[in-house]
Amino acid sequence: MREVHVGNIISAIEALFIDANINASNNIVEALNEGIGKEESSVGKEVLRELIRNIDIAKEEHIPICQDTGLAVTFLEIGQDVHIHGGSLIDAVNEGVRRAYKNGYLRKSCCDPFSRKNTGDNTPAIIHTSIVPGDRIKIIALPKGGGSENYGEVRMLVPSQGREGVKSFVLEMVKKGGPNPCPPIIVGVGIGGNFETSALLSKEALMVPIGRRNENPSIAELELEILNNINRTGIGPQGYGGTVTALDVHVKIMPCHIASLPVAVNIQCHAHRIKEVTI
Amino acid sequence: MEIRRITTPLGDDVIEALKAGEKILISGYIYTARDAAHKRFIDTLNEGNKLPFDIKNQVIYYCGPSPAPPGKVIGACGPTTSSRMDLYAPKLLSLGLKGMIGKGKRSQSVKDAITQYRAIYFGATGGAGALLSKSVVSSEIIAYEELGPEAVRKLGVKDMPLFVINDIYGNDLYETGMLKYKK
Repeated sequence: MREVHVGNIISAIEALFIDANINASNNIVEALNEGIGKEESSVGKEVLRELIRNIDIAKEEHIPICQDTGLAVTFLEIGQDVHIHGGSLIDAVNEGVRRAYKNGYLRKSCCDPFSRKNTGDNTPAIIHTSIVPGDRIKIIALPKGGGSENYGEVRMLVPSQGREGVKSFVLEMVKKGGPNPCPPIIVGVGIGGNFETSALLSKEALMVPIGRRNENPSIAELELEILNNINRTGIGPQGYGGTVTALDVHVKIMPCHIASLPVAVNIQCHAHRIKEVTI
Repeated sequence: MEIRRITTPLGDDVIEALKAGEKILISGYIYTARDAAHKRFIDTLNEGNKLPFDIKNQVIYYCGPSPAPPGKVIGACGPTTSSRMDLYAPKLLSLGLKGMIGKGKRSQSVKDAITQYRAIYFGATGGAGALLSKSVVSSEIIAYEELGPEAVRKLGVKDMPLFVINDIYGNDLYETGMLKYKK
């Protein structure tokens, strides 16, 4: 049994959320640069250039890429041979988030659903845990903005709707969002499982690097078909018209009930912020 | 691309010249207000009281910035989705508001109010909060400080890059742009 003190988790979470919000990964920078080459609209190209300049400025000035520094979505893959001591794991994650959003000058965007009163420290974090083999803890920070999250949906399709049903559902959601979720977007699609696992799969799909295809050739093909359809809508960067509406589409599937075809669509903006560490 | 420079407060001559699809650089003062501040504006007006600033010929920016780190005027300050302010915008336009800066589509009633009251809807690049912060030269909270990121701030801006989305002639960049590249 490997011992990990909660203090290590607190400091890892604090560092990850600050880093994710300020320093874009190379993966997104490369995708935006490729987008400039693919984009047919001059206004669209100008927007993409602004987005790359934005990323450079954020790094140089050490300020967030986007003012919406999101809810603190945190994935924890906990090795079954790890013993966490010194306090509660959930409290540790929230304390790390609290410190990151205070010390990193990140915006606190978490509030009561009805009174809309801000919780003041961006907690509670959205925490997903899974138990995996080994004696390590992998932490993934995915600060997620509200503008793009608002255009997600879970829908229980009828099995006979099949692939075409999935394709038209995703396209419907992208068109509904139009300029609002800050295109060029990344689309996560979760298919199968049940109501809640499809939603979780769609979020996990967003964590796949841009440009990487599903290992299943048939699903990889589905990803590219959906991407192609999205980029023919004309929405373009920021919705000003163009051919680069999505940077990528990732699909994750799992078996489902014989009566069901659950599908979830989770949309991510171009300010795709994700960082991970293993302790 | 030719870039026009404009200054607030916005006069009729400027409003008439702006066309959907053009990039502009705006300078002068603009006021931040988003969901909670708009709700208070309308409540204030309904109670027969005055708004915290005179909005005649002014520009409202739908923005809730991240906190300013030490030594900086402001944190990241990109736009938020404008449609959440659609319910409130026509009333403010009727009182002389001449510009709104945000991102995303507006409702038909806002678009109608834009042509009726002769105003402009500008798009700031969503998610470009660091880039946009470079145009902000001063920031002062003038109302509703308790709302935190949603407080009303008077921002001094210099050459802030924006695109004209809805003009007084009924043009909408979101509609024309999309149709042009639809395949």
